[in-house]
Amino acid sequence: MQQAQTQPIVTRRARRFDTDRFIAILMILPSVVAVAIFVYGFIGWTGIVSLTRWEGLKSSQEFIGLENYASIFSTTRFQTNIRNMLVFTTFFLIACLLIGLLLAVLLDSGVKGESFFRAVYIFPMALSFIVTGVVWQWLFAPGNYQGTPPDPTGINLLLQKVGLASLMTGWTTDASVVPGIRAFGLKTRLGVPMAMIPVVIAAVWQMSGFTMAMYLAGLRGISDEIKEAARVDGASEWQIFRTIILPLLQPVTLSAVIILGHISLKIFDLIVTMTGGAPGNNTEVPGLYMYEITFKANKFAEGAAVAMVMLIVVTLLIVPYLIYNNRQEVES
Amino acid sequence: MSALTVQRRPLRLTWGRLAIYIIMIAFAAFFILPVYLLLITSFKSFEEVSLSRMWDLPRGLAFESFGRAWEVLQRSFSNSVALVIPATIISCVLGSLNGYVLAKWKFRGSDVLFSLILFGMFIPYQSVLVPLVETLRVLGLYGSIPGLVLVHVVYGIPITTLIFRNYYAGVPTELLEAGKIDGTDFFGLYRYIVLPLSIPGFVVVAIWQFTSIWNEFLFGLIITNDPQKTPVTVALQNLSGSQYTQWNVQMAGALLVALPTLVVYIFLGRYFLRGLLAGSLKG
Repeated sequence: MQQAQTQPIVTRRARRFDTDRFIAILMILPSVVAVAIFVYGFIGWTGIVSLTRWEGLKSSQEFIGLENYASIFSTTRFQTNIRNMLVFTTFFLIACLLIGLLLAVLLDSGVKGESFFRAVYIFPMALSFIVTGVVWQWLFAPGNYQGTPPDPTGINLLLQKVGLASLMTGWTTDASVVPGIRAFGLKTRLGVPMAMIPVVIAAVWQMSGFTMAMYLAGLRGISDEIKEAARVDGASEWQIFRTIILPLLQPVTLSAVIILGHISLKIFDLIVTMTGGAPGNNTEVPGLYMYEITFKANKFAEGAAVAMVMLIVVTLLIVPYLIYNNRQEVES
Repeated sequence: MSALTVQRRPLRLTWGRLAIYIIMIAFAAFFILPVYLLLITSFKSFEEVSLSRMWDLPRGLAFESFGRAWEVLQRSFSNSVALVIPATIISCVLGSLNGYVLAKWKFRGSDVLFSLILFGMFIPYQSVLVPLVETLRVLGLYGSIPGLVLVHVVYGIPITTLIFRNYYAGVPTELLEAGKIDGTDFFGLYRYIVLPLSIPGFVVVAIWQFTSIWNEFLFGLIITNDPQKTPVTVALQNLSGSQYTQWNVQMAGALLVALPTLVVYIFLGRYFLRGLLAGSLKG
């Protein structure tokens, strides 16, 4: 009797379950299709364009292999772009990680006014890179700081007021590359383009609070008992930090490197507003170059090649991380 | 248990504590400095504006700069509002549905599918721009606000799906199982169990999408060629790139553009932060 009663319920439930599953898939289908077209389809399209010859606004439909890539990589301008991108990313990452970690540790040490400081450090994240760029552009406008008498503006003026006039520089107008060596048969000079430093400072201003927030979340996840046990064992605060806290923060550092790294490899807005790529092409990055040659010079195929290079660089960073993340999730 | 630390802390208060506060205040000054300049410059009258007196406080509160900046930005401001509201709402609905399915209705390959969707949030948009423009032209959406809404909704799918999926992972599956046994279907479970628990998730995603769409520049620049249709970031960049605009007007413009997202941050900072951390996957 009981058997007979439960039987239909089970089958009915199973069928119900199946239709629901079907509806579930139906519900995400529009998003899946949209992503398939707008992400993967368009990337494929760009990839194909990058392999063809374009004459003016028309594709000649002629496949020329990697010729467009060879052509962009042989230009001084694109080599300079890559150098700038690497310099920007390196300085930006190191500064954000160090400042973020420092501020997180300080905030976590039980200071008064923690929430105030936290809010101050993070608020730039709420702003557009364009807003940041407009403000910092004026802060780093050097003025006629070398004139007689000097007539500095922005940060230079501030430096002069506090008696540090010797630190005044041309900031975004400084066209030097340090050390600016020529090597490996490259057309661009290797080194740090000094005009990039102010751009890095503005970017760090915007993003280091975010790094701080990530580290702070990580620190809050470390139980007090571990630290307490180490203290009882006579470990110094520095030893605890080095041997216990820092290793436990490694996943946070990894996430931060991925997030900050993909932002800095694609940086565009901030540079457009702060320098527009000047002086020369000393602060121009691939994102800006792609925009210029595609939408200003109508060189679609070469623009597509630049875009694909950017995509490949970001993919090399992201895909291992996505796979790692997926595995972690399966394990837990 | 904390007796040890309580005893120790006051002893070490002096120099170490002082150093901590000095560093924190120095960094706070670094973060506030640009805002300070933004404020004092925006409120200066036109006669007062001089690059060599950049750091001097304004003698009074003048609103001319804002007036001039508003004249230029007004149009784009309403464009951005018309863009950000529908885009945010649609993003929330799509993200919530996707998150619900990918967290609670897993099927074969759903995790791989999720990773594939997620990849879309990291790509440099330069790699889709030309096909995007062509496609929008064909659809008759190029250069229009609805076109921009579509673009922001589509490229917002990865992050909104991610946030909702992680959020719904915290909803106990037993709750849904119980509902299923009672014969509640897909939409019933969503409507009566998942949705009522979703409010914080919606707030996080809405703030995230609002902020990032408001602040976005590249799509706005490429997709709207008509100056009458540009979003506010593009208009601000045009304003700052113009040789004829005084810099106090540029600063006032920057402040106006920053205001909506800043207000959201000030009042709903907690949720904003959650969105930020969700953006770093497992944070």
